[in-house]
Amino acid sequence: MRLCAAAFIFAALGALPVLAAEIPAADRRSGYSFMSSDSKAMQDDDTANPGMLAVLEGETLWQTKQGDAGKACADCHGDAATSMKGVAARYPAFDAALGRPVDLEQRINICRRDHQQASPFPNESHELLALATYVAQQSRGQPITTGDDSALAPFIAKGRELFMQRQGQLNLACTNCHDDNWDKHLAGSAVTQGQPTGYPIYRLEWQAMGSLQRRIRGCMTGVRAQAFDFGSPEMVALELYLMSRAHGMPLETPAVRP
Amino acid sequence: MAAIACCFLAAALPHVAVAQALASYSIAGDGIAESLTGQPGDAVRGRALVADRSSTCILCHAAPLPEVRFQGDLAPNLAGVGSRWSVPQLRLRLVDASKFKSDTIMPSYYRVDGLTRVGRNWQGKPILGAEQIEDIVAYLATLRD
Repeated sequence: MRLCAAAFIFAALGALPVLAAEIPAADRRSGYSFMSSDSKAMQDDDTANPGMLAVLEGETLWQTKQGDAGKACADCHGDAATSMKGVAARYPAFDAALGRPVDLEQRINICRRDHQQASPFPNESHELLALATYVAQQSRGQPITTGDDSALAPFIAKGRELFMQRQGQLNLACTNCHDDNWDKHLAGSAVTQGQPTGYPIYRLEWQAMGSLQRRIRGCMTGVRAQAFDFGSPEMVALELYLMSRAHGMPLETPAVRP
Repeated sequence: MAAIACCFLAAALPHVAVAQALASYSIAGDGIAESLTGQPGDAVRGRALVADRSSTCILCHAAPLPEVRFQGDLAPNLAGVGSRWSVPQLRLRLVDASKFKSDTIMPSYYRVDGLTRVGRNWQGKPILGAEQIEDIVAYLATLRD
């Protein structure tokens, strides 16, 4: 009987997730630092950075009247350089009306619905990425502050839990690579820490702009898991955890990544 | 004849293959003594499997395969692995390395239970089939210092 209980306890302990060591603040590194000098130069030079095309397109959209209300973003928010400075650096942010966090793309679509009476832009659409990139670029160089709002705490905890949870046919958690093996290489490519410092990014592999959600879905498919849907609570929780994990790191949008 | 046709179909269409029961095996010490298929594996096929990125070995491990350009370094180099481990030990390390190291990042290549959120295309299927595992074990056993 005692043996049985001992075996049960042992089995229960064995089932507990082994919590990986989180990266100390001083050791955090942007994906930028893992890149080749060519890719770094592409990000650093606004005339060579393909993400700047999205910024320009976003700037036009910012000033274009949309929807049944016939209002442009600028009609309420004015000059984005002032009104949007630091905003992307604190997203995902808690939405009191919804009682949950929303990410920057969701915030843009909520604004379109409520204030412009316009239909939402589809996930990963050119327009949504362009507006998000334009808004985020206003925070370029600003430290990430996501998570300062205490209302986010339970959602960050949920995101952390998902980050630590093994998943998919390959049975790997985000943490197994991005906390424990970030200085190693997966088939020749730097693993990196998964710090989301430059989204939306121009990714050379995609030959296009893309969101953090698209990037997370790529990793989930890589471990042969069923990727979370765009905009799902789980996806936003993961984004939120990742951004809070990068608290204090400067935003780089529009970043270039391999 | 029907059985042969069925096997052929499964081999040609791996992603629509119906989930099949895994071969049973027994662990002795830190190894599996008996071949999963009852037959020895083919080291030449095993080498090709290790070199093929879709088998996933080479994503994390390096191996003495000069023609494979991008190899991983998340896990030990496979050079000399046949000297470090016996065939039964190699077999269990492929089948289910978590059996002796619960926090390993090595996936369990022949296991379908205890997994979370497996993608639709992979549900109910092990990463590798029994024959593929035997082929890889046979190849790894040849990698001697």
